[in-house]
Amino acid sequence: MKIVQYRKIFFSFSAILIVLSLFSIFTYGFNLGIDFKGGTITEVSFDTLRPTKESVEEEISLLNLGGFSVRPSGEKNYIIRTRELSLEEGQNLVRVLGNPVVERQNTVGPIAGVELRDKAFKAVMLTILMIVLFITFAFRKVSKSVVAKDGKRVSSWKYGLATIVALLHDILIPVGVFVFLGRFYGLEIDLLFVSGLLAILGYSVHDTIVVFDRVRENLRLNDEAKKVEEFETTVGKSIAQTFVRSINTSLTLLITLTALYFVGSGATKDFALLLILGVIVGTYSSIFVASPLLVTFYKFRKASK
Amino acid sequence: MNKHIWISFVLIVAFSLLGFFVVRGDGMGGRFPFRLGLDLVGGTELIYRADTTNVENIPDAMESLKEVIERRVNIFGVSEPLVQIERAGLLTGNPTDRLIVELPGYKDAEEAKMALGKTPVLEFRLARENAQEILKTNPNAVIDEIFESTGLTGRYLVKARVEFDSTTGAPIVGLEFDKEGGELFAKITREHKSKVLAIILDGSVISAPVIVDEISDGKAQITGSFTPVEARELVRNLNYGALPVPISHLASKTIGATLGEQALQDGVRAGIIGFALLSLFMVLWYRLPGVVASVALISYAILSLAIFKLIPVTLTAAGLAGFILSVGMAVDANVLIFERTKEELKRGKNIYDALHEGFARAWLSIRDSNISSIITAFILFWLGTSAVKGFALTLGIGVLVSMFTAITVSRTFLLAITMGEVTPLKKFLFSNGIDIFKSKTE
Repeated sequence: MKIVQYRKIFFSFSAILIVLSLFSIFTYGFNLGIDFKGGTITEVSFDTLRPTKESVEEEISLLNLGGFSVRPSGEKNYIIRTRELSLEEGQNLVRVLGNPVVERQNTVGPIAGVELRDKAFKAVMLTILMIVLFITFAFRKVSKSVVAKDGKRVSSWKYGLATIVALLHDILIPVGVFVFLGRFYGLEIDLLFVSGLLAILGYSVHDTIVVFDRVRENLRLNDEAKKVEEFETTVGKSIAQTFVRSINTSLTLLITLTALYFVGSGATKDFALLLILGVIVGTYSSIFVASPLLVTFYKFRKASK
Repeated sequence: MNKHIWISFVLIVAFSLLGFFVVRGDGMGGRFPFRLGLDLVGGTELIYRADTTNVENIPDAMESLKEVIERRVNIFGVSEPLVQIERAGLLTGNPTDRLIVELPGYKDAEEAKMALGKTPVLEFRLARENAQEILKTNPNAVIDEIFESTGLTGRYLVKARVEFDSTTGAPIVGLEFDKEGGELFAKITREHKSKVLAIILDGSVISAPVIVDEISDGKAQITGSFTPVEARELVRNLNYGALPVPISHLASKTIGATLGEQALQDGVRAGIIGFALLSLFMVLWYRLPGVVASVALISYAILSLAIFKLIPVTLTAAGLAGFILSVGMAVDANVLIFERTKEELKRGKNIYDALHEGFARAWLSIRDSNISSIITAFILFWLGTSAVKGFALTLGIGVLVSMFTAITVSRTFLLAITMGEVTPLKKFLFSNGIDIFKSKTE
């Protein structure tokens, strides 16, 4: 496999996806759910005949609640999003619709939303930081190994750095896709979405570590055998040795996630989709981005000396 | 018989018993039922923020707040109400104290909110000397300007009850103070004869009688213009106690039972289908080790579910998703080990040695990669509202348990199977996977 040799192609491919994602994030913006901006979400179910969306909208507009949105869900339901409603307003809303069955009515105050947004952002950053610190620690011994004919070493923080790039890659692309879907299909960024992102972070590192661990092992084996080999070759070999495992692991995950997507409850459908995206991107990045990046970082230093 | 076979036997028995426990304890009468979250059974969740700015001993105040709220919650007749206090935002330097009330199966969020959120604050206040003048110059004067505090509040109340005026038949509310309150009341009435002592409920004056004489028996009456229903409600609220800390409503959630039931069914079905497909894949790709991996996966599921029951972990839709995800991740350890074993087999080692090597060499990656997942689970748990916490817990427990089952269980079984003669059949069963990249890597 010539993944390391052709790394520029893979880097470009990823770069294009990242630019598209950033474009999507900055043009469309986040379609935040009530978790993060506050508001009330009401899902009602009409047992007999579901009224048309227009008539529902008309009834609600008479309440003067400000901006709202109505989305059909399933065969019998409507999901109505409004600003944060008080008790009476919430009851009124259900009454004007002819007292359908209330499947759920969630209210989040705006302050709680802002707090949570802040917290979610911090959680993502904290996770990245902790993971990078952990990798730098776990790979601390790796810098002892001489890696190439020129007798240079690759310090452990470079493994950490390559992991950060892969992590950002794995977060930005699914976020970009979700922002796009949010704009055109009404998908919302909620707390579960952030959990999904963190799970992707965990998985992506998990996957990257397996390859890096192999690099670590191969370097040690070379040391022991007094064999001197180009770093590029070592990384290429490590990728090849872990390739089947990476694909199989992501396949096993994709199997369970696909089941969750198609069979699982509505609440976790978007979540499963996010994880599916994350697993694909995460697997791709550990093979085609993170590991070749190690070689690039190594060469940077070589060039500057 | 070698020790691996013995251990395998013990493991099988242990997991069977555990499996029996998981299935059987699930009935209504079981001692350890699964605890299902609101989103799976339907119900109401209310989240309040407690204003603790003027409180010195916050944990104490929150604890007594929890008690009062629990007393009120019990009025609803909900089967398993859950009242939690939570201190959020410690790391952000802006801590807020929260009170979370879960009422499974209870659908009337409005009524619950009314009954819980109502903070009856009962106060007895004396009119200031110049109360008349203040009212003349400013008819909109607030209570604080007109009345001064006496320190006598609903806190000293022992009991309130509805009584009826013997002459008019109008409902009145009779109050009985405790000893301390009675003494305070006696002192106030003794020292401020012929002054107005207002009875203020939730910031509004309900009656403002003039003190005629000292009242030393610790009893008082409120003669507002109540209807019998209002009087009864007031008595109920007073008896269930005023809140030690003011609370304000932050968020609420109501989930219909049908939606919850559907979510539960779907989640369970997704888990079963995912598990079946996964086992199929493992068996087809890895042959005998794949079968062992599937068995390890079953023991993984049993062990995790048993832990969920014992802790207990509240299962939510997100929690189920976390569990299903962790099933996928649990297999990863086996994939790593089997791929490693395969490499050793290719180098010409015998099956037994190859397995030993495979397990030993895969361990480092398994350990390091799982630590990163555990870090994530920890942070998720910290981030957590109930949905996210559920996900973090099941994921975290899943990762830990999977490290145990994928390594210990499948290792023991595989080593037990490989003992003895190496037959061609055994060789076939272990030469797993089609090595599609062989030509390119070598």
